Amino acid sequence: MAAEKHSPLAQFEIKQLIPMEFGSVDASFTNSSLMMVLTVIGVSAFLVLGMRKHAHVPGRWQSMVELSYIFIANLVKDTVGSEGRAYFPFIFTIFMFVLFGNLFGMVPYSFTFTSHIVVTFALALFVFIGVTLIALAKHKMHFFTFFMPPGVPLLMAPLLVPIEIISYLSRPISLSVRLFANMLAGHTLLKVFAGFVISLGMAGVFPLAFVVALTGLEFVIAFLQAFVFAILTCLYLNDALHLH
Amino acid sequence: MSDNRNDPENTSASDRFSEEKQDLDDIDARLRKARESRDKPSKLSMRIKAPPGNALGLAFRVSVELVSALAVGLAIGWLLDQWLDTRPWLMLVFLLLGGAAGILNVYRMAKGMGYADGYGEKPPEHGAGQDAENGD
Repeated sequence: MAAEKHSPLAQFEIKQLIPMEFGSVDASFTNSSLMMVLTVIGVSAFLVLGMRKHAHVPGRWQSMVELSYIFIANLVKDTVGSEGRAYFPFIFTIFMFVLFGNLFGMVPYSFTFTSHIVVTFALALFVFIGVTLIALAKHKMHFFTFFMPPGVPLLMAPLLVPIEIISYLSRPISLSVRLFANMLAGHTLLKVFAGFVISLGMAGVFPLAFVVALTGLEFVIAFLQAFVFAILTCLYLNDALHLH
Repeated sequence: MSDNRNDPENTSASDRFSEEKQDLDDIDARLRKARESRDKPSKLSMRIKAPPGNALGLAFRVSVELVSALAVGLAIGWLLDQWLDTRPWLMLVFLLLGGAAGILNVYRMAKGMGYADGYGEKPPEHGAGQDAENGD
């Protein structure tokens, strides 16, 4: 029991809170689901309550809301161009969801749902399929020229097209693995060094100082990875809308 | 004229017309400005080009790109083998193709296309892409 509790990986354990089953599919409400619901509520509360005054001169809270809006609005504008404005709500939602999920995971005793590949891969797959459908709808069959770089001799096509297709299909994997691995590694490292604090006795102040510094770094990573997720979504969207 | 402005009763028709026109001009100018700023890149774009993070982050990104393409190639080859009953040949071929795709991903990432795995944006002047493809 004690050894189990101190395992650095115990924090990623999925616990069923409300068991549910649809047919043979286990759809239980878990601690991961709970954190996602809390994240959605948290984001909604942050945005809606922050904007409730509609002040011309924003207070601190409204400034934060406006800042996050402008940040993503500029990101979409710079990477996708003015055509990307239609997709701003989607990208903003993804960014806020991942960001708040990462930040809520920093609360002690909570759970980081972005440290699970299932969650990040589902998000990435959603982005990937959506972006591909947008490209197909916009360019119809012309979309498939995406896999044939311009100016390449036809003789190279049998070799290049599979490579391009593999490169394209690897997008959701690299997108999801990046977020998942960063969160997993960071939280594991925190836990491992926190474990040293007790076992080293008086010398435990050194790992403690390290854990404090690492916690700060984790907050940076929490933001950075949400940003990277959003920017990659934008770049994929840019490819879909403009091809090459 | 400025005295009359506050009192609509005393404003002559031409005054009102010019005032409306002024308002419209004002709106026009503001609209134009808003449209310009909509299409103009913001200051943020400079920072996006230079990916954030340190050398470790870069190394991590490179390895993820390499491995994910390799994994996709491996998976495609394995599935095709299952389907066509050609084990293990297609898996070997697609493993090599996956490795090539991984190198391609890293090359595109390193070429300053930010995080894009795909083509990213078109080079600003025409023909520059041609040079790049010839391995400049």
